[in-house]
Amino acid sequence: MCLAVPMKVIEIHGSPDDFLSGQIAVVDVDGIRKETRLDIVDRWPDIGDYLIIHAGFAIHTLDPKEAETNIRLMREMAEKVETIESSSNRL
Amino acid sequence: MKYVDEFRDSTLAEPLLEELHRAVSRPFRVMEVCGTHTMSIFRSGLRTLLPKGIELISGPGCPVCVTSASHIDTILAMAERKNVRIALFGDLFRVPGSTGLSLAHASSQGAGVDIVYSPMDSLKLASKYPEDLIVFLGVGFETTTPGIAATIMAAKNSNVDNFAVFSTHKVMPPPLLALLDDPELQIHGLLCPGHVSTIIGACAYQPLVDQYGLACVVGGFEPADILQALIMLARQIDRGEACVENAYIRAVQWQGNSRAQQMVNEIFKPVDMEWRGLGVIPESGLAIREEYEFFDAEKRLNITLRPAKEPKGCRCGEILKGKELPSQCPLFGKRCTLGNPIGPCMVSSEGTCAAFYKYAE
Repeated sequence: MCLAVPMKVIEIHGSPDDFLSGQIAVVDVDGIRKETRLDIVDRWPDIGDYLIIHAGFAIHTLDPKEAETNIRLMREMAEKVETIESSSNRL
Repeated sequence: MKYVDEFRDSTLAEPLLEELHRAVSRPFRVMEVCGTHTMSIFRSGLRTLLPKGIELISGPGCPVCVTSASHIDTILAMAERKNVRIALFGDLFRVPGSTGLSLAHASSQGAGVDIVYSPMDSLKLASKYPEDLIVFLGVGFETTTPGIAATIMAAKNSNVDNFAVFSTHKVMPPPLLALLDDPELQIHGLLCPGHVSTIIGACAYQPLVDQYGLACVVGGFEPADILQALIMLARQIDRGEACVENAYIRAVQWQGNSRAQQMVNEIFKPVDMEWRGLGVIPESGLAIREEYEFFDAEKRLNITLRPAKEPKGCRCGEILKGKELPSQCPLFGKRCTLGNPIGPCMVSSEGTCAAFYKYAE
């Protein structure tokens, strides 16, 4: 089961280039804290970044700009405005 | 909660649903292949609110459900061995093998069976039970495999010698291509899985567009995400065109997560794999490479898979192909219920039968 709730990075241990350094982040969601591994995350996070986590491993660091685009396109669609930008966003 | 509340805003879903009703100009069939999509669509009530023109079917997206009966029997046989402890994600615990017994039964008879949250927890079990071989059951798609690869890497780096993985890992594109080759199954659009796509990238669906003209949209898990993806699918189908679009920009990129892909390629290699209902599909599974065979439970325990029978009367296979609905299975709701599941599609919390049964459709 995929967990759709991104969690906020509170602490970071280890370094991105050294697998042996114990690459771990402490994350928080609504006051619940837990450790997550950073071995396979796509972008090494900073404190305050949000992570998508699957079975104890961070798999994606959210980019605030991408999240903003995501919600904006959704709002535009809800308002039935198919902008040039949303159609050029096609991959 | 940041990045959650704004996508759950009720002022968003309602107009999106209205727009979807406007966007559907002709009837079409969409398949989703992600257990979390299946459950979200039922739990949110979306299924009953969709325009009549959209037929939404569930494909082989629940990893426990597509695990073959012979793999389940092999797992049960491993659990009975002395000095073997099984570590697993909880969903597999109650799946019956061909004798009707499950790991839950084995556990109650004294077998070492531990449900874990992360594959890394198996390394803690390895140090807690130094006399036993801890076998982690590698069941899952592209989202799950990188973490298991990283766990094998961590076991190697810290010289853990009593840990191995039984790999039945599967990859998503090959079964989709196999399904599309089936002339009986008419699908016009694919709601592409969310976090599988985080790993493999939206680009992975381009062959479905090129070879089959299938409209493909990657969707997130909130109802608004799913609605947005369905609108994009409806618009593509209305225009009579097919391409890959991404409605889950905050989590999915075109090329995916290359770090995770590299980790998987380091540890695993493609192999032919048996799927429940779909049979053996070429290069649709992942096995541990020779360089890491010390961590391969099949090699460590000298395991040979044997053919096994599906539970009698169970229609999971047809349901996984999107050809039948749970209500068409003679066992559904009678002998096979959430309390006493017979087939894996009822056992797994992500299974199509479980979703239909729970939400009483």
